[in-house]
Amino acid sequence: MARVGSVAPSRRVFVELREIDKHFGGVRALDAVSISVEEGTVHAVIGENGAGKSTLGKIIAGALQPDAGEILLDGELVSFRSPREALSSGIAAIAQELLVVPRLSVAENVFLGAEPRRGGWVRRGALRRRFEALAGEAGFALPPDRPAGLLRTAEQQQIEILRALARDARLIVMDEPSAALSEPDTVRLHEIIRSLTHAGKSVLLVSHFLREVLELADTVTVLRDGKLVHTKPTSQETEDTLIRAMLGRPLDAAFPPKSAPRAGAPVVLSVRDLSAPGVVDASLEVREGEIVGLAGLVGAGRSELARAIFGADRRQKGEVELADGDLASAAPLVSLRHGLAMIPESRKDQGLLPGRSVLDNVTISRLDQFSRFGIVNRRAERAAASRVLDRVAVKGGDYGAPVSALSGGNQQKVLFARMLLCGPRVLIADEPTRGVDVGAKRAIYDLLVGLAGEGMGVLLISSEVEEILGLAQRVLVMSRGRIVSELRGEEMTESAILAAAFSERTAGARVP
Amino acid sequence: MTTGADTTPAPPEVEAPPTRVGRAQALVQGRWRAAGIVIPFLILFVVLTIASSSFATKANLLNILDQQSATLIIAAAGTLVLVSGGIDLSVGSIYGLSGVVAAELAIHNWPAGLAILVGVLVGFAAGLINGVVATYFRISALIATLAMSFVLAGIGSLITQGNLLNLFTHQSFSQLTRTSIFTVNSSIWLMAVAVIALGLFLAATTTGRYMYAAGGNPEAARIAGVRVNVVRVVSFMLSGGAAGLAGVIDASRVLSAQSQDNSSLTFTVLAGIVVGGTSILGGEGAVWRTVVGILFIALIGNGYDLLGLNPLYEQITLGVLMILAVGLDAWSRGRRA
Repeated sequence: MARVGSVAPSRRVFVELREIDKHFGGVRALDAVSISVEEGTVHAVIGENGAGKSTLGKIIAGALQPDAGEILLDGELVSFRSPREALSSGIAAIAQELLVVPRLSVAENVFLGAEPRRGGWVRRGALRRRFEALAGEAGFALPPDRPAGLLRTAEQQQIEILRALARDARLIVMDEPSAALSEPDTVRLHEIIRSLTHAGKSVLLVSHFLREVLELADTVTVLRDGKLVHTKPTSQETEDTLIRAMLGRPLDAAFPPKSAPRAGAPVVLSVRDLSAPGVVDASLEVREGEIVGLAGLVGAGRSELARAIFGADRRQKGEVELADGDLASAAPLVSLRHGLAMIPESRKDQGLLPGRSVLDNVTISRLDQFSRFGIVNRRAERAAASRVLDRVAVKGGDYGAPVSALSGGNQQKVLFARMLLCGPRVLIADEPTRGVDVGAKRAIYDLLVGLAGEGMGVLLISSEVEEILGLAQRVLVMSRGRIVSELRGEEMTESAILAAAFSERTAGARVP
Repeated sequence: MTTGADTTPAPPEVEAPPTRVGRAQALVQGRWRAAGIVIPFLILFVVLTIASSSFATKANLLNILDQQSATLIIAAAGTLVLVSGGIDLSVGSIYGLSGVVAAELAIHNWPAGLAILVGVLVGFAAGLINGVVATYFRISALIATLAMSFVLAGIGSLITQGNLLNLFTHQSFSQLTRTSIFTVNSSIWLMAVAVIALGLFLAATTTGRYMYAAGGNPEAARIAGVRVNVVRVVSFMLSGGAAGLAGVIDASRVLSAQSQDNSSLTFTVLAGIVVGGTSILGGEGAVWRTVVGILFIALIGNGYDLLGLNPLYEQITLGVLMILAVGLDAWSRGRRA
C-alpha cells in the first residue's frame, strides 16, 4: 500500500476540533470528540452507522453547530454558523447526496453563487474561461455546456469537487464519496483525492469502506457511539483492527456457513426471456432453498430485472412462473399473493412509510389477515407483528414509535418482517445491507441463510462482491441489461464476476 | 447543505438507536403535537365564554353546529383525500350541483327522499370521475378537480338557467334537516353520523390504513401491495359523495338552491383541514383534527358576531391565526426531526 507522503510527523495542523459535543434530542451524537486534520493529508473517520461520523463532518463544514467544544483554524478559534461561513474559511463539503442544479450547465454549477458578474449580469465568457482553467488544472474532462443533470453520478461529484476548488477550499469533507460509484469511477476518485493532497489540500473522508480507508488515508479516526475510540496513522491499522475498534469487539466470521443446495429441489421461480426497460431477454431459475446471487455493475439492470419479475415495473415480454403457476398479470399485489416478495433497493424511497409506526410498516402488506369486514383487529395485528419482529430480532417493544426513529439496520429488518408476514416462497432481496452497520449486516446474512434453510428461494442482488460470494450458491452476472454469465462452485471468484460484469457478451456465454 | 425548498429539514445523519430517552421525548413531543390545534381552540372557547354571555349557550352552540354541518361533512371526507395524497378543489361545485339537482327534482314533484338520494349520488359520480382522471389519466389532482369544478358549476347553471330554485312550496324537502330529534336538528345528527363514519373509516379500516400509505410514500405502498390508485379513487368518491350530501343538506336547510362554484366553501374546507393539522403533502392527519380546525374557524366568525366587532377584520384575523397555527405545527415537526 504505497501511501503518498505518509506519516510525515511534523505537518501543519489546519483544522482542530476540541472536545466537541452534539446532541439531537435525547441522543448524544458526539461526546467530547477531538481530532485534528493536517495539511496535505487524507484523514478518514470511520464507525458504525450512528457512531457520529457524518455529524462530525457536518460540524467541520458548518452545516451543524456543536453544543460544546472549540474549532480552531490555523490555531485560531472560529465558529461557523453556516456552510457558507465554513466555505469562506476554506472548508468545503461534498455530501452523500450530491447537490447539483440539474438544468444548469456544468460550468454554471461549478461557479454557482460565485459567478463572475458585472452589475448583476453573469459574464459567460469569463465563466467559461475560468471553468476551463480550473478543470484543466484538476485534470477533469467535463463538458462545460451540458446540463449537469445529464451527467453520471461520478461526473456530478467531480462538479462538486471543482466547486470546492473554485472557492480555494483547503479542506474538503467527503461523506461516503464512493458509495454510489462504480468500480472504475471509484478508482478515478481515489486518484483525484491523491492529487488533491499533492496540491496541499486536506481531505476529511467519511467512509464505510475499510479498504478504501486503508488505501487512501494517512490518518484514521475511529468513532463508536459518539465517542472517539482512537486516532492512528493508517499504517498501524488493518481491516481487523479497524473492525474491532468500531465494534468494540472482534467480529465473528463475516458470513454464516453456506449450506449446500439440495439436489433435485424443485424450481420455485422461473423467468423466461423477460424484457423490460433496462432488461433484455433475461432467463433464470431459483430452486427451493437456494440463494442465487445477482451481480453486476451499477446500472447493469439488476434492480430493473428484480422490479420486472416482482411486477413493480411493466414487462415488455417474457414469462415469470412461480411454483404455483404463471404470473401473467404483473403487479406487486398479485406477486405477494402468489408467494413472491421483494425487499426493494431503496429502503427510504421504495420501502418504508416514513411517518407511520413500526407496526403499520410491518403489517401493511397483509392487513387482510387480521381484519374482518375491512376493520382491522388491532390485537391480532400486534400479535402477528411481534411474532415476525421477534424473528428478525428488532429489539425494543415500542411498535408504536415512528419507523423513521429506528437505525438503518432495524429499518431494514422491519422490511424483512413485512415480507415474512406474507409467507413467500421466493424472496428477491435488492441490496438488503445497503447503509446498514457491520453488526446488523451479519444479522441480515443469518436471516437470509436461515430462510433459505427453511426452503425459501432467494434472489440476492448486491453491489458488494464479497456479499454475493459469501452467501450465494450460484451467481448470475448482468451487464447492459443481459445476464451474461452464470458461475457455480469453483468458478465463483471475485475476478470472474468482475470480468463478466465488464464484458459485453450476450446471454449464455460463460466467462472462464 | 439542505436546500431551502425542503419542507421538512433533512434529519441529521445520526441514525442513533432509539434510546429510552429519545423515545420518551418523541412520545412527549408527539403528544404535544397531537394536541396542536386543540389548545388554541380551547383558549378561544374560554375567551369567548368569558367575553360574551350568549356564547356558551345551547342555542348558540347548536346554531354553530347547524351552520357548519355541511362544511364539516365535506371537510371530514376531504381529510381522506389529503391523507391519500390528493386534493379536491371541486367540492364547492359538487355541493352546488347536488343541491340544484335535488331541488330541481323536488320541484318536478319527485318524492323528497328520492330527490335527495339522487343529489347525493350525483356527488359520488362526480367524485368517481375526479378520482379516475386524477389517477389513471395521470393528471394532477389539483388541475383535475379545478377543471371539474368549472364543468360542474356550468352544468348546474344549465339546469337552473341562472335562477334561484325556490322550494318554499315543497316543505317536505326540509324534513331532512329540520326534524328535531332529542331537541337537536336532524342536520346536526346527519353531520355527526357522517363525520364519525368517515373518522372510523380512516382510523380503523384497511382502506383507511392504505390511504395513509398511499399518501405517505406511494411507491413504497405500491411495492407493499397497496392498490394506490384504487385507494385514491375511493377517497375522491367519498369526498364527492360528502359534498353531495352537504349540498342537499343546505338546500333543505334554506329551502332553495342556486348554482355557484362556491369557491369560498372549497377554501374554507381546505383551511379547516390544514389548520387541524392534516398534512397537505399527504400521509398524515385525522378526521377529528379537521373537526376541531373547522370549528376553530367557525368560532372566530361567531365571536365577531357576538362581540359586535367590525366584521371587516374577521378575514384578517382568520388568516393570521391560520398562519400561526400552521406555523406552530411546522415548527414542532422541525424540532421533532
